[in-house]
Amino acid sequence: MASRRHFIKQSSLAAAGTMMIPAFLKAFEAQALSPDDKILVVIQLSGGNDGLNTVIPYRNDIYYRERQTIAIPANDALKISDELALNPAMEKFRRLYNDGLVSIVNSVGYPNPDRSHFRSMDIWHTASNSDEYLTTGWLGRYLDSQCNGICQSHQAIELDDTLSLALKGHNVKALALQDPKKLYQAVHSPVYENIAKYGKPADDSHENVAYLYKTMAETISSADYIYQKSEIKNGYADYPNSALAKRLKTVAELINGGAQTRVYYVSLSGFDTHVRQNQQQTRLLTEYSEAVYAFMQHLKSIGKQQHVAVLTFSEFGRRVAQNASNGTDHGTANCLFLMGASLKKTGVFNPVPDLSNLDNGDLKYQIDFRSIYANLVQDWLKADIAAVLGRNFEPIRLV
Amino acid sequence: MPSNQQHLQHLYLRAGFGLLPEQLPTALQLPIHKHVEAIFSDSKSYQSLNLLNDNELRVVKLLFSDKEERKEMAMDALNRGRELNLLWMRQMAESKAGLREKMTLFWHGHFATRTLNAFFAQLQNNLIREKALGKFGDLLMSISKDPAMLQFLNNQQNRKNSPNENFAREVMELFTLGRGNYTETDIKEAARAFTGWGFNQQGEFVFRRFFHDTDLKTFMGKRGNWGGEDIIRMILDKRETAVFVTRKIYRHFVNNTPDKGIINELANIFYESEYDIGKLMNKIFTSDWFYSPKNIGSRIKAPVEYITQFRRQFGLQFEPENALLFIQKLLGQVVFYPPNVAGWAEGKNWIDSSTLMVRTLLPFSIMREIELPVEAKDDGDVNTEFLAQRNFRKLKATANWDALSKIASGSSEKEILEQLAAYLLQNKLSDANKQLILRNTPTANREAAVQFISLSLASLPEYQLC
Repeated sequence: MASRRHFIKQSSLAAAGTMMIPAFLKAFEAQALSPDDKILVVIQLSGGNDGLNTVIPYRNDIYYRERQTIAIPANDALKISDELALNPAMEKFRRLYNDGLVSIVNSVGYPNPDRSHFRSMDIWHTASNSDEYLTTGWLGRYLDSQCNGICQSHQAIELDDTLSLALKGHNVKALALQDPKKLYQAVHSPVYENIAKYGKPADDSHENVAYLYKTMAETISSADYIYQKSEIKNGYADYPNSALAKRLKTVAELINGGAQTRVYYVSLSGFDTHVRQNQQQTRLLTEYSEAVYAFMQHLKSIGKQQHVAVLTFSEFGRRVAQNASNGTDHGTANCLFLMGASLKKTGVFNPVPDLSNLDNGDLKYQIDFRSIYANLVQDWLKADIAAVLGRNFEPIRLV
Repeated sequence: MPSNQQHLQHLYLRAGFGLLPEQLPTALQLPIHKHVEAIFSDSKSYQSLNLLNDNELRVVKLLFSDKEERKEMAMDALNRGRELNLLWMRQMAESKAGLREKMTLFWHGHFATRTLNAFFAQLQNNLIREKALGKFGDLLMSISKDPAMLQFLNNQQNRKNSPNENFAREVMELFTLGRGNYTETDIKEAARAFTGWGFNQQGEFVFRRFFHDTDLKTFMGKRGNWGGEDIIRMILDKRETAVFVTRKIYRHFVNNTPDKGIINELANIFYESEYDIGKLMNKIFTSDWFYSPKNIGSRIKAPVEYITQFRRQFGLQFEPENALLFIQKLLGQVVFYPPNVAGWAEGKNWIDSSTLMVRTLLPFSIMREIELPVEAKDDGDVNTEFLAQRNFRKLKATANWDALSKIASGSSEKEILEQLAAYLLQNKLSDANKQLILRNTPTANREAAVQFISLSLASLPEYQLC
């Protein structure tokens, strides 16, 4: 505690001499993670990952009939049950699965699915109905619900330079950073630092001016704090060389450093496989699988596997039938993964998708993704479902 | 009677994209009401976007092409979309018809549409521009028959035996009445009335009567053999439409915090004038309350406003212009790519740790050709990945320092600062900020001082407001 307080006093915000210091100090103390606090990591597979070639129904004739050239041969697939197998690129993921760290949920979606990337991603980010438009995200509203007058953007971090809608609340928005050091350097570049440290509004009562100054002050203070936490390394370095691995490594380092961050958000892009799918998906699933494996090993080495839940989702799955370009077009329901050492249910959570009962060539959803969010909100982040999701969803108890 | 500089700038920032520095001295000599007249008359003639003459993505053409050709056509379409974006951005920065361009941007967010077909995007944009200051009913009717909209909200698939309610719902929820002023039955019945509304390959509206449901429908309690035109007419008959649209205009052009009394008064004028948009805007710009201190400098600039005002105030020429796509993407508003049919969320939604950092660092980065320390996110859609391309990150522009220098005629750095701040900022500058800038201002020569001070002012939080 002493060293943290010391650090904050040394940090740029304290030097700025603004009226916000006491609130900040209080915030740091009040919102410190207790050793039992749980952390959520969200991995977004952008572009619509093809779930049927990720978790493969290798005994299903329809699957092979509809995907003449892109179906994964049963002999190549990594079997996990009598009916399902993983994509051959997911060897490392299968190890996690065999270690009892994974729960696979099939046929996740929502009513009246939208097949447009940005709209469907919007729906996943805001947890809205498909005919409803919200300007805040579910994790942003989680931040709002945690904020009792003192809001800290770094309670949630997106490992990226720009912030996704999922992490924007009414009053609080998460912190976006790809790399703690890079952000630290950026906010300490002369222009930014000078304004954030010494700049002042002429009139404190102007709401939007005050909001802008506050955002800058919070950003520099959070950047300092996160950078300091990221520098406490435990030396674990067994990561593959990929963008996703790099970001997950940063997450693990921040967890190791004791950062007061409850939510981390990471994306992997490129899953829009209309053409020559297998080549591209193999590359991406390899990157995904190796990165999460290293991440989980890292967590294990710091004794944090029980404290972390990892949610992996994509905005939609793809059509059951392949297209003429050895790819697949936009579909609907999809599989979703939860990972961690505190899962209530591991293995394959629900039956494989029924390929004989389709809606216009697309899978029918069985589980509303918001019932999984509800579980994470209530049982993991200990927040109120209705406050975060806008109304009550019956949680599916995975954690 | 000369104008108050702050009021004058307020008018031009809201009714357009701001005064050019070289316009300021003479503009100050005229009273505000003369400027309002000039703004409307300057918007009488205007330029359409004329990048494409024809629908390059015709199905017929696609069918008779081989794989490579199709791929090329798809690439071409993407490039066209990009060029169209930059063309409009340039037009916003350079057009004399500033009000018309500003209204076009507003309606572009109101009737938010995405299409991969650049020709359709251009058609819709030109249609909005043409009707942006006319009768709202005309605009609404044309938009409802516009190919990009028909495609985007699935009315092309809206047929007698399988109605698609998407357009019927959004036209009421987002374009006219707003939630709570219609029922689910109204949506179902309206969808039936819009069955058969489609478009052809040339982008022309087509009424396909074999797909049209000719049975009786009950819309808003009225029974009849309604067609789409009837539904739109009945929606316009409802005063709630005038209130809903006026409220949105007020929040966009006056103050993000709505004022119920003023909005109702304006909505009455709008309704009684049969939805004359020009009249409504004129009423706003000529009302005393428009110039009240609580409205001046109150709005957080939308990214496109921010970029465009910046270009105008500094006379920026980007080389290459592709950087403007990257900046739009980083700041969260890419024209022709609204997030969804509800358009862009405004106000504080524009600002988070990342977007504000980009805005803060941008002015000096452009001038010193420094790469911003940020990358744009690839959102996973193959059709928009170009926005995150690395080679768009190079920021380079030249500015028209002479024009800014003329505004800053003072001899001391302090005077230069006061004069530039009066032009670039609509909010008062604190003593702390003045000292901060003056402390670092190079004193070697006047030009360097003008440049440093201007860029410093443009980096401040106050510059994010207009």
